[in-house]
Amino acid sequence: MLRRGMGAMLALGAVLLATGGAHAQGGSGRDLTVVSWGGAYQDAQRDIFFRPFQQDTGSRLLEETWDGGVGVLRAKIQSGANNWDVVQVESEELLIGCEEGLFEKMDWSAIGGKERFISSAVSECGVGNILYSFILAYDKARTPTGPANWAEFFDTQKFPGKRGLRRGPKATLEIALLADGVAPGEVYKVLGTNAGVDRAFRKLDSIKGDLIWWERGSQPAQLLASGEVVATVGYNGRITAANQGDGRDFGISWTNNLFTLDSWVVMKGTPNKNKALQFINFVTQPARQAELPPRIPYGPTAKGAQDGLSPAVLANLPTEPKNAEGSLQISDQFWLDNLDKLNQRFNTWVAR
Amino acid sequence: MSARWKAAALVAPLLLFLLAVFVAPIGAFLLRAVQEQDVAPVLPRTVAALSDWDGAALPGDAAFAALAEDLREARARDQETSAGAVARAAARLNADWPGFRSLLPMTARRIVAAEGPPRDALLSISEDWGTPLPWGAIRRAGGPVSDFNLLAVLDLKRDAAGDIAAAPAGEAIFRSVLWRTLWIGGLATLICLAIGYPLAWLMATAPPRWVPWLVAGVMLPFWTSLIVRTAAWMVLLQREGVVNAALQALRITAEPLPLLFNRGAVLLAMVHILLPFMVLPIYGSLRALDWRLPRAAMSLGASPLRSFLRVSLPLSMPGVGAGCLLVFIQALGFYVTPALLGGANDQMVPYFVAFYASRTVNWGMAAALSVLLLVAVALVVALYGRLVGFGKVRTA
Repeated sequence: MLRRGMGAMLALGAVLLATGGAHAQGGSGRDLTVVSWGGAYQDAQRDIFFRPFQQDTGSRLLEETWDGGVGVLRAKIQSGANNWDVVQVESEELLIGCEEGLFEKMDWSAIGGKERFISSAVSECGVGNILYSFILAYDKARTPTGPANWAEFFDTQKFPGKRGLRRGPKATLEIALLADGVAPGEVYKVLGTNAGVDRAFRKLDSIKGDLIWWERGSQPAQLLASGEVVATVGYNGRITAANQGDGRDFGISWTNNLFTLDSWVVMKGTPNKNKALQFINFVTQPARQAELPPRIPYGPTAKGAQDGLSPAVLANLPTEPKNAEGSLQISDQFWLDNLDKLNQRFNTWVAR
Repeated sequence: MSARWKAAALVAPLLLFLLAVFVAPIGAFLLRAVQEQDVAPVLPRTVAALSDWDGAALPGDAAFAALAEDLREARARDQETSAGAVARAAARLNADWPGFRSLLPMTARRIVAAEGPPRDALLSISEDWGTPLPWGAIRRAGGPVSDFNLLAVLDLKRDAAGDIAAAPAGEAIFRSVLWRTLWIGGLATLICLAIGYPLAWLMATAPPRWVPWLVAGVMLPFWTSLIVRTAAWMVLLQREGVVNAALQALRITAEPLPLLFNRGAVLLAMVHILLPFMVLPIYGSLRALDWRLPRAAMSLGASPLRSFLRVSLPLSMPGVGAGCLLVFIQALGFYVTPALLGGANDQMVPYFVAFYASRTVNWGMAAALSVLLLVAVALVVALYGRLVGFGKVRTA
């Protein structure tokens, strides 16, 4: 999601952060290169993580920006001239890249052990970095008490008007089943059967005439702001950002939100492996991670990271215990297998 | 050295240029609609072993042994080069049989340590290998070419026995998308003609000092980019946009009208964008018209209407034909306007080309849909040539 989210991504290219001086490119002498998603998010990362890391360790760090896609990582490794060391990847890239051997296996002992992190942040090749959610959003200026859950999202009697959903089967079908009364733990079991897929589409059919489909992460806030929809599915960070930056008063219903994570990975065969792990250890310290949410409301992954946060900041985080209750982690394994088929089915359904 | 050769030599650079930057890349792209390059290099023995399989029952032990050996080798190669060949083969096979995306990598990972006869080893890794379905998908994708994508864009597929059958109703989409594309394109052309002809007539018959202003008015939209014009329509038409605000201020409507995300908004913006392409050719042929002829018709007793229908209109047909052809063919390729202003059932073929090319990175399907669009355009142009004749097309 961040790939669409962070706007002007081409800006940075490779920015040398440390002060002057020549440095050796390539080979074992090169500096640690960290790759993230650019935009306001990477600006925050620079202040909170990258600069302090350089000052603390007295070493230099190169930043790059990317736009996602496992093909980019594959090309880097295959070319034999990979110059990336640590990359922030989405969960799907984590899964595929790990399977294909593009990443080093995570050395948990070097970063303080698995038990230091929430369980959904732990995987074979990566460690979770931020956690974010698909949530239900509405404009309090128009509907002071908006839909409280997905069932009410589908209730056009109680909340007349259009609704925004992300165009595509991913997240949409899960939401339809949750609205139809399926427990979060059962969603993928039900969706794995043809009857379950039919059920999800039947539920969507019930409000089809009232749906507006969005494709980019910036659209839900715009649709709400212009009054085009009465409620919409959106990324939690975007909705809060609209409240904080544009003076909006959007409400969020966290009930049964769908969450996913971005992770840090170490690229295969990097000469900077130790330094990369040192970096990951540094930026995943609870005290460090605690500095990000006040700027951008993505949930931290280290245990204890949000203990000291103010209630106002906590209230916007997907990892806040009350918000996280009943949430569902989007299953990348399920979508890897079923996206082709369900895309086809979804496109056919939506175009009818 | 004849004059003809010299002429050819003069045109040669242009021809080579067109060949290099136009014909060759587009041809190479369209070829991807039928190429199968992902599976055969990973599973060469399996593809060979399946070549004489009947497709009904399970394949024999030879196929199981071949698959096990292929996957062991492919996995070792992937580990060494990080080429991700198994994953790419799995992605292609998954388009045919959902589940392959995890079945193939998982099998490749586990087969390395498996012991015993290949058939038992594979079946113990996944029971899916005990059904003919995944095997059929491997055979169909074995290449070097297949009609998988071309059939898919016609809502057809091959069953296990290799016969062509209709896709299930829940997955059949592209025929209706093609009809919709032709319908929207035709409708936009007709509206452009209905507005454009009188406008061109006005320009051709207006006093000379008005003409530059009228021409400038028609040309004005050309100076703004297509995306900007489309976005401007979004601002005008949205729920709390200018149009709705004006309607409510004038008390014509009480509630905001849903003007955006529907067919009407798409057609409105398309006509706005395409109108100059209709007006200018018609204006050209009206300018070239000998105005003494309709006058002669009227002096011989024809009514103004009759003189228009029998004299002026037929003489301006070359411009009308050129305008319609220009507008229609461009309309078929519209992507941004329906994507931004249309609802889910206003999307045309180009939307799905973009969907497969950039969202799911399925170049085969993107290429096959491009072929579909190209063939549709070629048929329309051929039909036009047959009915009207290209000799009459003149852009003034």
